[in-house]
Amino acid sequence: MIERTPWLDRLCHAMLILGIAAVCLPLYYALIAATHTLQDVLQVPMPLTPGGELWNNLKTVTSNGTLGRQLTNSLIVSVGVTVGKISVSILSAFAITYFRFPFRMTAFWLIFATLMLPIEVRIVPTFAVAAHPLQPLAWLLETTGTGGAFEWLTGWSVEAVVKWSLLDSYAGLILPLTASATATFLFRQLFLTIPEELLEAAKIDGASPMRFLVDVLWPMSRTNVVALAVILFVFSWNQYLWPLLITTDPAMATAVIGLAKQISGAPEAVPKWNLLMSSALLITLPPVMVVIVLQRWFVKGLVDSEK
Amino acid sequence: MIKRVNFERHRWLAFLLLAPQMLILTVFVFWPAAQALMQAFMISDPFGVKSTFVWFDNFEAILSSPEYLNSIWRTAIFSTGTTAAAVLGGLLFAVLVARVRRGKTAYKLLVIWPYAVAPVLAGILWLFLFHPIYGAIALMLKQGFGIAWNPLLNGNDAMLLVIVAASWKQVSYNFVFFLAALQGIPRSLIEAAAIDGAGPVRRFVSIIFPLISPTTFFLLVINVVYAFFDTFGIIHALTHGGPSGATDILVYKVYADGFLGLDLGLSSAQSVILMIVVIALTVVQFRYLERRVKYAA
Repeated sequence: MIERTPWLDRLCHAMLILGIAAVCLPLYYALIAATHTLQDVLQVPMPLTPGGELWNNLKTVTSNGTLGRQLTNSLIVSVGVTVGKISVSILSAFAITYFRFPFRMTAFWLIFATLMLPIEVRIVPTFAVAAHPLQPLAWLLETTGTGGAFEWLTGWSVEAVVKWSLLDSYAGLILPLTASATATFLFRQLFLTIPEELLEAAKIDGASPMRFLVDVLWPMSRTNVVALAVILFVFSWNQYLWPLLITTDPAMATAVIGLAKQISGAPEAVPKWNLLMSSALLITLPPVMVVIVLQRWFVKGLVDSEK
Repeated sequence: MIKRVNFERHRWLAFLLLAPQMLILTVFVFWPAAQALMQAFMISDPFGVKSTFVWFDNFEAILSSPEYLNSIWRTAIFSTGTTAAAVLGGLLFAVLVARVRRGKTAYKLLVIWPYAVAPVLAGILWLFLFHPIYGAIALMLKQGFGIAWNPLLNGNDAMLLVIVAASWKQVSYNFVFFLAALQGIPRSLIEAAAIDGAGPVRRFVSIIFPLISPTTFFLLVINVVYAFFDTFGIIHALTHGGPSGATDILVYKVYADGFLGLDLGLSSAQSVILMIVVIALTVVQFRYLERRVKYAA
């Protein structure tokens, strides 16, 4: 403390409390709506204190199993994207910092260029690729006339190859999101700060490259991995555009998509706000808990990944 | 950059290590981006059987259509509003939290949590407060001040609603960065200014704010990127670009023209325009990074 300013301090606290009240207002109202019956919620004015219907509302929203299924989907997708992104980028960062090979810089710049191609600017063609990822193979087989040989070799018909699609599958939800320039750079920066002597020592001891990665680099990156994992988990849990396009079957939708569809489905009818808000609370709980419990890692990950 | 000591004799392994990343990038990023680039210069018939090369016709069509110009204008309002509200909010919270001594951890936690809420859910939570018929705030506005608030019919009300929802979520992000920047300022500077008789306000204006200006600039860029690209969910779930195009931001329009309008050429031309925007923003961001290195030196 530099000087004693009791009044200013009190003003600061007052402003903080006011500001935080404004920030938490939507959550508070969601909580109120989730703890009342629909009639109570639609009263004018709405009740200002939580009621006792939370348990019943939660039971109603989870009764038909769709929400549970969608929450499981969200969990699978978030863990898949997080693990996928981290492993894919740690491997490529290892390759471009510790190996000398032709096209090393080309690979680096190619990864860098993807920063400028977020999924939002290439929505339609990316969707087309995911709908028929093997189209080029089928085209190749047809033009070269090797379709028959292919069918004989693999037992798959050319039509099956064309029809095979990533829509409504976990692979389709996860794979397109697993490449990451940011994570690759993060690990590259980290590896560049690791002393050269470590590799010299490892080489003298006769360690292979993979041995060095697993026994030296991995333990040294662990804190960064945790911090990054927190950010990536929240990021993938909250994904919207891609899961919206790639899933049509409610049983394959993520929880966020499932809830959003209920809102925009029927604009004229009165939404069942008490149930919507109960689901909203359930869906928001996992990422919020991750951020609150792992707050220190979260802040580190946020600051790290923007360098 | 490469390590001075490296594995020279394992070329094949290096390619193997890079393979997963490159495979995913080629299939899901470069190939689609190349297709978007190609289709931007073509017109396909409605069945997707035949496409003709038409040079810049799609760009001409899109840049002269009043809907697209409206969309640019709406995006400008939306991103300016969101960025301004989120950066100012984050700065205010950071300054206050950096100043108080008691309850710091609790305050921090209460400001940070909205970051974890999906943009769509943020939109739904705010819609519930602002809904014209049963929203608590909307009713208060109507009964207390006689303002007939209706984001479902009135374009300005809808715009305000999506700005509030989008910036609410981003305040926590900016708060984290501003707080880190404020805590990085050497205390000796602040103390020296206090000894010279500068009060808290004067110290903020003449010392603290200039010192955190690199962070501010960085956050402005990040927030514009956020408002341009990451807010699709809010628009899609709440307004569908309406009422009558009032919240029809560029990212939503690419989606709507491509998937609902099924016009590949026009949608791809818009994709290319958005790519140019992202490239420009990335360049600005990296120029800034270079400058920050100089600050540190």
